[in-house]
Amino acid sequence: MAKTEARPSRPLSPHLTIFRPYVNMMVSILHRITGSINYAGSLLLAVWLAAAATGPDSFNLANALFASPPGLVVLFGFSWSLIHHGLGGIRHFMWDMGLGLTVPAFRFLSWATILGSLLITGIVWAIGLIKWGAL
Amino acid sequence: MGGLVMGSYSTSLSRVRGLGSSRGGTDHFWQQRLTAVATLILLTFLIYTVIRLAGEPYEVMRAYFASPLVTVPAIMLAISAPFHMRIGMQVIIEDYVQSKGLKLALVMLNTFFALLVALTSIVSLIKLSLGA
Repeated sequence: MAKTEARPSRPLSPHLTIFRPYVNMMVSILHRITGSINYAGSLLLAVWLAAAATGPDSFNLANALFASPPGLVVLFGFSWSLIHHGLGGIRHFMWDMGLGLTVPAFRFLSWATILGSLLITGIVWAIGLIKWGAL
Repeated sequence: MGGLVMGSYSTSLSRVRGLGSSRGGTDHFWQQRLTAVATLILLTFLIYTVIRLAGEPYEVMRAYFASPLVTVPAIMLAISAPFHMRIGMQVIIEDYVQSKGLKLALVMLNTFFALLVALTSIVSLIKLSLGA
């Protein structure tokens, strides 16, 4: 019997690099990326809670780290990521219910997710910074 | 996997036909939606909490977390979010990791990570809630 390969080489279906980027695709990819960021970010929340439960010293240390410039950048990114993924979730709920399943709706919802996430993140940070006393 | 099994001319499909469903087909789909709804609602609570505690000293944080009205939704979030994360990351692992052994190891590690985040948060919240 002739030797046969376990996995014969077959032509691959077109992948990412072959398509012109368009907004629906970018938002779909962003949903997975922001989900992964949130995955990592959840550890920050858990560590903050553990520091708060440990005592004043560790609580103040954790707060000082988050309030440092790199800490604030990380928090800003994490908050945007959470909000973007949340809005993306609403989009997915709509599709699950059979709503917005047309190309113009895809395009509108994609832009709404991007712009809406930036807008909401901006509002949340403005309120937070005023509360914090930095604005 | 694959179509034909050595010494058998039947396909995978014809071999499983009539055996009934594996009873697990839509579990993850449903759990992902359920935890998504819970996490989405509780995300507004998380944002409120972070703004509420921004710049506040230790004593204010303790007083805030002393109320069950805070601790209970916080613990719900500490359950729903890791549950949701675990399913989502498993899909990502299954999509991108080809090697069977590595895939199995990462899927296990994924569960451990979700449990670590959930338990660290819950134990800390209970400690904050009950004082001492």
